[in-house]
Amino acid sequence: MFEALQSIIPTVLFYSAPLILTALGGVFSERSGVVNIGLEGLMVIGAFVGIVFNLTFVDVFGAWTPWVSIVVAMAVGAIFSLIHAVASITFYANQVVSGVAINMLALGIGVYLTKVWYGKGQTDMVERPFYTTDIPVLEHIPFLGPLFFEGIYVTSYIAIILAFVAWYVLYKTPFGLRLRAVGEHPMAADTNGIKVERMRYIAVLLSGALGGLGGAVFALTIASNFSHATIVGQGFMALAAVIFGKWHPLGAMGAALFFGLAQSLSVVSAGIPVLADIPQVILLIAPYLLTILALAGFIGRADAPRANGVPYIKGSR
Amino acid sequence: MTSNNKLFGVLVPVISVIIGLLAGAVIMLLSGHNPVEGYAALWAGAFGDSYTIGETIRRTTPLILTGLAVAFAFKTGLFNIGAEGQVIVGWLAAVWVGLAIDAPMIIHLPLAILAGAAAGGLWGFLPGLLKAKLGVHEVIITIMMNYIALFVTNEIIRNVLTEQETTTGTIADTASLASDWLQSITFYSRVHYGILIALFAAFIMWFIIERTTYGYELKSVGFNSHASNYAGMNVSKNIILSMVIGGAFAGLAGAMEGLGTYGTISVMSGFTNLGFDGIAVALLGSNNAFGVVLAGLLFGVLKEGAGEMPTAAGVPTELVDIIIALIIFFVASSYIIRWALLRFKKEGK
Repeated sequence: MFEALQSIIPTVLFYSAPLILTALGGVFSERSGVVNIGLEGLMVIGAFVGIVFNLTFVDVFGAWTPWVSIVVAMAVGAIFSLIHAVASITFYANQVVSGVAINMLALGIGVYLTKVWYGKGQTDMVERPFYTTDIPVLEHIPFLGPLFFEGIYVTSYIAIILAFVAWYVLYKTPFGLRLRAVGEHPMAADTNGIKVERMRYIAVLLSGALGGLGGAVFALTIASNFSHATIVGQGFMALAAVIFGKWHPLGAMGAALFFGLAQSLSVVSAGIPVLADIPQVILLIAPYLLTILALAGFIGRADAPRANGVPYIKGSR
Repeated sequence: MTSNNKLFGVLVPVISVIIGLLAGAVIMLLSGHNPVEGYAALWAGAFGDSYTIGETIRRTTPLILTGLAVAFAFKTGLFNIGAEGQVIVGWLAAVWVGLAIDAPMIIHLPLAILAGAAAGGLWGFLPGLLKAKLGVHEVIITIMMNYIALFVTNEIIRNVLTEQETTTGTIADTASLASDWLQSITFYSRVHYGILIALFAAFIMWFIIERTTYGYELKSVGFNSHASNYAGMNVSKNIILSMVIGGAFAGLAGAMEGLGTYGTISVMSGFTNLGFDGIAVALLGSNNAFGVVLAGLLFGVLKEGAGEMPTAAGVPTELVDIIIALIIFFVASSYIIRWALLRFKKEGK
């Protein structure tokens, strides 16, 4: 049993980290009232930038390369999400349509530039991805140490810490209150002097940064290179985590961990007797099936922010 | 005012396409390619000879159908992002019937086509039901249904239709849409009779929406569900019906691939993108049956022509995906185009 856990827990953390980060981005955006179907595209851009930056500047930054890469990916992700922000906030575009376009555009640009720069459909493998480490001090805790703190990617813990930061920001600061107010009732928020458009811009940029981070972490821990098949559905799974987690940062984190569990079970299940009997397809579709059940109200009611998806046009009722 | 709206309805898509193509030219310039060569290659790739024309028509066929799938649901105010999954299950069902049943063509072919439509309709039914009865947003449900379709279909191909193989056998000739005659006049391209079905489907959509009381109710629910309810229409029924018919169109698109183009179904590592492209087609076609046919043809041309760009001009095919994405942005942000046009008009006076 202990050995089974020891193989499952690090894998869960490993698979969940990109989902948690991207889902947090989704929470910020949707809480402010902007639907973000484009999370998938933001992850694609993050993965692309993370890998290309890593490959290009590995000689400059040495051991720090993966860290600098994910920061750059965050920045580019934020800039890229500006397109979604401008279309859906300033131009009142249909937010779902704009999100779909973000997904197409990100993949198009990523693969186009890969072919132009590398002359083939995928990049080389990065020399310096993230490696697993043992967390000092904590690894010596009996029982828990080997389970949670040995052979772990630091990025997984960064994701979990960021989830708590996001919870604090959204629920314990005036900024968070304003952001949520804008997503629930923009007119009332506007009347109280909150700048609706500015709050929404900030929220979408945050989702771009976190989506970019999630994509880069995925690329530098799991994939190690970039091609059209690097990000296939992780962004949509993060979106599912946002909804399954009821638009709450910690809920989204829990959902992402759970989806990570489902994914890792489909990977390691062959080695564990009880799980080997479950057809893999069940584990593959579990996250999506559960999200549908959650939305249908079988697992507690999931209510979206009231103004989610509705452009705010000043002066209209 | 209405004539103004109609004018905008035509101008916005046309301007969006022009800006999209110009942006594509700029991207080619920036990445060190010659845009004239690039677009010449695209033209040759789509219309160069009878073979490419045949392939362009083949590629247009499912795009028209997925465009109709999205557009039809949109008439009732629903966003069918699930065309992707509906295509996959339609493809599977059509091929399954094509493989499993032994019958003369006059029964077998219609049965296989209907199976595709029914499977797609079923895949649209659940999101419609949840929307109608529980008010759950159809966008999320259809996205989730896409993945379920993908994984379940792969599982069925591996374990039911074959024994752990990645491609099924070829369907019986009696279920095939392929045509020796069409192939012989297009130098053995994969063009098939599906284009007639796609055009007929567009006619059906126009007929239902514009000429029947069903269509009137569907549109009415899309405009204002409360008013429709007050007027005695069954809102739930109309929402479900709209998703089912939309799903059936997408299922037909899958059947076209299964019965016409490939004659088989293979394990997919990712989506076909036919459904997502359908969103673009519907949007560009203003959710109107005739517009969808034109938009489907445009995207069919772009996508087929893209195949020639790497060899003839060194431009990666993904340029076309970027152009399509930009076109969607421009159409979706039509507010700004309308604003600019109005501004332009005023200053002209």
